[in-house]
Amino acid sequence: MKHIINCLVENQPGVLARIVGLISGRGYNIETLNVGPTADPTVSKMTIVVPGDSHIIEQVTHQLSKQVDVIEVVNMTNRRHLDRELILVRVATVNHHTRAEIVDLAALFMARVVAVQEDSVTIQMVGNQETVADFLRLMKPYAIVDISRTGVIAVGRDAPESAAKKG
Amino acid sequence: MNDKADTDTSSPATQPLKTGAQCVIDGLVKAGCEVLFGYPGGAVLDIFNCLYEAPFNFVLTRHEQGAVHMADGYARATGKAGCCLVTSGPGATNTVTGLATAYMDGIPLVCITGQVALNMIGNDAFQEADVIGITRPVTKHNFLVRNADELPDIIAKAFYIATTGKPGPVVIDIPKNVQKAKTAALPPETVTMRAYHPDVPINATEIARFAELINRASRPLLYVGGGAISGGAADVLAQVAHKANIPVTTTLMALGIFPETDPLSLHMLGMHGSVAANYAVDHCDLLISAGARFDDRVTGKISSFASKAAIVHIDIDRSSIGKSVRADLGVHGYVKPVLEAVLPFVKPAEHAEWLEQVNRWKERFPFTYPQSEDTLMPQYVIEQIDAVSAGKAVVVTDVGQNQMWAAQFFRYTRPRNFITSGGLGTMGFGLPAAIGAQFGRHGEPVVCVTGDGGVQMNFQELVVAVEHRIPIVVVILNNGFLGMVRQWQELFYGRRYSGVMLSQHGRAPNEEIPEAPGYLPDFVKMAEAHGACARRIFKEEEVGPALREALASGKTWVIECIVAPEANVFPMIPPGSHVAEMINRTV
Ligand SMILES: Cc1ncc(C[n+]2csc(CCOP(=O)(O)OP(=O)(O)O)c2C)c(N)n1
Ligand SMILES: [Mg+2]
Repeated sequence: MKHIINCLVENQPGVLARIVGLISGRGYNIETLNVGPTADPTVSKMTIVVPGDSHIIEQVTHQLSKQVDVIEVVNMTNRRHLDRELILVRVATVNHHTRAEIVDLAALFMARVVAVQEDSVTIQMVGNQETVADFLRLMKPYAIVDISRTGVIAVGRDAPESAAKKG
Repeated sequence: MNDKADTDTSSPATQPLKTGAQCVIDGLVKAGCEVLFGYPGGAVLDIFNCLYEAPFNFVLTRHEQGAVHMADGYARATGKAGCCLVTSGPGATNTVTGLATAYMDGIPLVCITGQVALNMIGNDAFQEADVIGITRPVTKHNFLVRNADELPDIIAKAFYIATTGKPGPVVIDIPKNVQKAKTAALPPETVTMRAYHPDVPINATEIARFAELINRASRPLLYVGGGAISGGAADVLAQVAHKANIPVTTTLMALGIFPETDPLSLHMLGMHGSVAANYAVDHCDLLISAGARFDDRVTGKISSFASKAAIVHIDIDRSSIGKSVRADLGVHGYVKPVLEAVLPFVKPAEHAEWLEQVNRWKERFPFTYPQSEDTLMPQYVIEQIDAVSAGKAVVVTDVGQNQMWAAQFFRYTRPRNFITSGGLGTMGFGLPAAIGAQFGRHGEPVVCVTGDGGVQMNFQELVVAVEHRIPIVVVILNNGFLGMVRQWQELFYGRRYSGVMLSQHGRAPNEEIPEAPGYLPDFVKMAEAHGACARRIFKEEEVGPALREALASGKTWVIECIVAPEANVFPMIPPGSHVAEMINRTV
């Protein structure tokens, strides 16, 4: 099962390496990783998507939260949350028929065409994990030339912050 | 100190400016450092320059690994943070084994490493190594200091992190230009860290459930680990055990936390633990783990470990609770306050039947060994160390059979009197750790029990003991083998002794090295070459007198005991097995 883990950390060099090292050192492959500043510039938020057994991921979150520079760790998967990812995908267009199909599909996903070339279109799409996966499955037959993804970000839907404090 | 300070009107107070190097010394003094172990080099010359007039002892080791193990031995013997200082590059990489050793056992250390100047980092500069990267997985935390202004704060934080929560080693990597830079920054009065809160409030619900489990149990057992030693929990542990008549077994790391002379003591558990302790784990209906971490050398086959018991797991490290073994109740906190909180709710109990059962196991299966007419048995040597020192010796071990015999045949009665590398099992730890321990425990007898293999890994440090008149007694149990590996080859690999022979002694006649001296190496000559007193002994009747003479001499001694080459450590539960598969050929 995939887990979305949000980490609030001190915005300092070396913290990212410590966290990534801890997860990859246990043989887990981080699927996506997003880091950005928060409203407090001394704090960064990391969102890590990692597949793994729930029991072990729980232990990893405890190990993460005991790191000296980690302020808070929340496994978003265990609570009500919103998640989004932005992708930029360039799809080959063999002729104007395929282009029209692709643009139609994009419209169904409320994705935007952000660039058009002779032989391709580039689409910007935003969605949660499932929607992004659905969209990419539909794009697959059209030969994806290039793709860039921001990685998942997530926020809780309930009032902050009832669970998973440091300790 | 410098005239800039007097003329610098921009600095708020009239604080004289200090160099980063001076801040290091001041930080160490403020943290209560009594002795610093280390080794110089280009990248720490500025700090060594300030050391020249530092108010604490500096001990020049002969290898950086020795410096870390000495600081570690000092920390284990005293409970205070050990301190060491090494140069960049090779100096720093030489500390890695020592750091990992301390990390695995939760030992507080602060290790200062020099680094090339900040603007050179990443350029493959001379003696540059990515120390932050290399030491990350073997430290509790590490700091790269970018600016002299942050140095006083970082040093204070390093000691705070090292000594609180689950203790551990902390590295401070200080670039050369930062050591030279000047700053007006002062050490903080108190350390506060937003993201690090080692103190855990006691959870009353957990305590209530804990008490209920104790009061309901008919076959309770306390399983105590190193966390109880670092948390200073000996007294309250004894109170809990005696109040409800709960037998106590300890891990290797916690030997001495509960007097092994107490009728409730079951000695050590695990792979080479006592039969009684391992049977008790198998039969108990409540296992109270206090500061232990269910290491695989303790549990053997995880699925059948304490299979009839409810498990209570007390640990300051939340990530340790439930890591390897399911816990029916996790109690997050330091062992001492948790036991103090539960004590008033514990009802006095007899557990007569259970204690009777446990005592029958104790009587029937004591630690024992085959007697031999012509060869000295290593176990006898350990018993003599106990007898000659009247149980008072601080025993520091290396790793291997010698370590296990030292654990089995000396009755430990006080915490911090048995010092060993448990988690990492680092050969070469014993001798330098014994020196460090003696620095922390002046006036107490310190005996290093080591093997003919492990002692060679850091033999060079013997000079340090001689130089500082450190009266340790190094007892080498020379069996001519990497004995513990040989034992596994004997038991599990059909006696095919591959790569385990250390000396002439013990070799088959057709494998003898022609024209080599009888002893290879000659430890007595080696010891004497390092300035220590030394003797080689072969017989039981020589052991007591040699130990007495060495302990009374106030000098550094090496006693080489030529012992039975193929003696084994029993009982032994083969790795990954259940108690029922215990091998116990002791007679
Ligand atoms: C640095 C290191 N290398 C290898 C090992 C593996 N090892 C564990 S015990 C042992 C044999 C130790 O031999 P010796 O020091 O003679 O002690 P003995 O077991 O004979 O008492 C070895 C090689 C280790 N624990 N540490
Ligand atoms: Mg040996």
